[in-house]
Amino acid sequence: MIWIDTVLQGILLGGLYALFAAGLSLVFGIMRLVNLAHGDLIVMGAYLILVLVTLLGLPPFAALLIAMPVMFCLGWGLQKFLLNRTLGDDILPPLLVTFGLSVVLQNALLETFSADSQRLPTDALTTASLQVGPIALGVMPLLTFASAVLVIVGLNQLFYRTSLGRAFRATSDDAVTASLMGIRPANIFATATGIALVIVTIAALYLGLRANFDPNIGPARLIYAFEAVIIGGLGSLWGTLAGGIIIGVAQTVGAAVNPEWQILSGHIAFLIVLLVRPRGLFPRAND
Amino acid sequence: MSYSVSVQTPASRVATAAAAVLILVLIALPFFAGRGTIRDMFFILTMLVLAQFWNLLAGYGGLVSIGQQAFVGAGAYALFGAVILWGIDPVPAILLSGVAALVIAVPTAFFAFRLNGAYFAIGTWVIAEVVRLLVAQWKTLGGGTGTSLPREATRDMWFVSLIEDALGVRSAAARDILAYWLALLLALATIGGIYWLLRTRRGLALAAVRDNVEAAKSVGVDASRMKWIVFLTSALGTGLAGGLIYMQKARISPDAAFSVTDWTAYVIFIVVIGGIGTIEGPIIGVLVFFALQSLLADFGSWYLMSLGVLAIVVMLVAPRGLWGLLSGRTGLHLFPIRRRLSGGQLTQAEE
Repeated sequence: MIWIDTVLQGILLGGLYALFAAGLSLVFGIMRLVNLAHGDLIVMGAYLILVLVTLLGLPPFAALLIAMPVMFCLGWGLQKFLLNRTLGDDILPPLLVTFGLSVVLQNALLETFSADSQRLPTDALTTASLQVGPIALGVMPLLTFASAVLVIVGLNQLFYRTSLGRAFRATSDDAVTASLMGIRPANIFATATGIALVIVTIAALYLGLRANFDPNIGPARLIYAFEAVIIGGLGSLWGTLAGGIIIGVAQTVGAAVNPEWQILSGHIAFLIVLLVRPRGLFPRAND
Repeated sequence: MSYSVSVQTPASRVATAAAAVLILVLIALPFFAGRGTIRDMFFILTMLVLAQFWNLLAGYGGLVSIGQQAFVGAGAYALFGAVILWGIDPVPAILLSGVAALVIAVPTAFFAFRLNGAYFAIGTWVIAEVVRLLVAQWKTLGGGTGTSLPREATRDMWFVSLIEDALGVRSAAARDILAYWLALLLALATIGGIYWLLRTRRGLALAAVRDNVEAAKSVGVDASRMKWIVFLTSALGTGLAGGLIYMQKARISPDAAFSVTDWTAYVIFIVVIGGIGTIEGPIIGVLVFFALQSLLADFGSWYLMSLGVLAIVVMLVAPRGLWGLLSGRTGLHLFPIRRRLSGGQLTQAEE
């Protein structure tokens, strides 16, 4: 019984990792850009929500509604004025610029908020649980997982049902031809990063509600997100969810065997998938 | 008419002479410099070695790794393991550091080469994390909290008593001087070795692979073999540097030895600011890095922040770094690798 419980908790944890990963997957799918500052942007989102909660006395979920448009604008500007300038055939500039950005963000947060770990204020909801037969499932993990599924459904709808989605797909396939059809790739990229940061904000809310965070935890979130994307296969959002679940289950099962093995077993699961299926479980894009 | 292919330039001949003088001064440094200077120079030289090897990997091999700390840490822990468990002297144990890094590098390359570009970068990072977490389980070497080199081992280290007598210094200072000389040796061997590699046929193949993989393959360059050679070489050098750094520190912990900031972020910034894809770049970069550190060290995170901003600006405004700016303006090459044709028919026609 305890094993079923462990696996279920792992699946729900996978929802959080899928939320971390969805923004990364979106940006990579459209412009082949890997944002090494992704993890630090998640942490920044969590601090933004914390500031809104403390200054305005809002509940965290209301603060999310204010934080999302702020983060969208930030992502839009970041892409338009900084990251677009690094795109091209050479892989070095985007990698090194986003790596630099990661270090800058981390230390800016450290300078502003100190290294103390923080947590978003919790209420009855965060500690509540649902009794399913003999197993107790936390409401917060369930909510996280549901949000991950909703975000992925939403992104898929956006991609295949709207004109913006059509523009995304066209630019992703061939930016030059798309620009002949009246699409401005620079603006499309900026919008995509904006949307990615909206998802980052949702991920940040659950990060802050479920556990403590401090300015240094960004890179580890980037690694989990990256592992979920690779396991799922590039370009597949449902694959990303599956990847997140695999990492989550590997971590909880590892932790059940020996608490020191939690992070390690997540990484090992990733390496095994990489060994057996180098292109991930549900590959779609070719690179 | 005879013609000749030359690689040397007037500037490089002057540079060779100047370098010879500089090397003599550096060798003699412990005879007239204080302990603080020796320690600073040790830091500069070891960072230079790490930067040269990362530059070989990313600048020449096109392999952007964020996992070099795996090799620093593996090298350092191999040295501590050899000294503590087998009682080997720390100085020869540095060689084992290189071997350990190579042993880690083979499976790392096997996994990481399945990923391309940016995913290669994060893949190497994941593997470095795995190595760190595994080493933290190694209880005989202190587990997660780390351990120190035994006092007897550092006291009776090779050459230390020799240096004590020759220079009339205390044992601790003699250890710093020994570490400095070893770092100097490693740095000279690194720069010399990389320069030699780039001037051979292999170096030409490497440049071809970096510039265009498909074109290089079509003229018969084995691209994947070049990737392996570059990756293993830089792992070996990084491991040796890691062993040496922790021989001098004499105290280790997994978080410090596998620190992504200390052993990869700084190194990337040094190479990018100085000029990626050149031998001169990391040398300029490490001097800028050290100057900034001396100026801003008291400001903690502001220091890292300004380093990051500087690297971003350099990457956007001058992607070839400070040395690229300088050499672009002046045509200066201290370590020329371009082959230039002189003499022959063309000269006759001109006459």
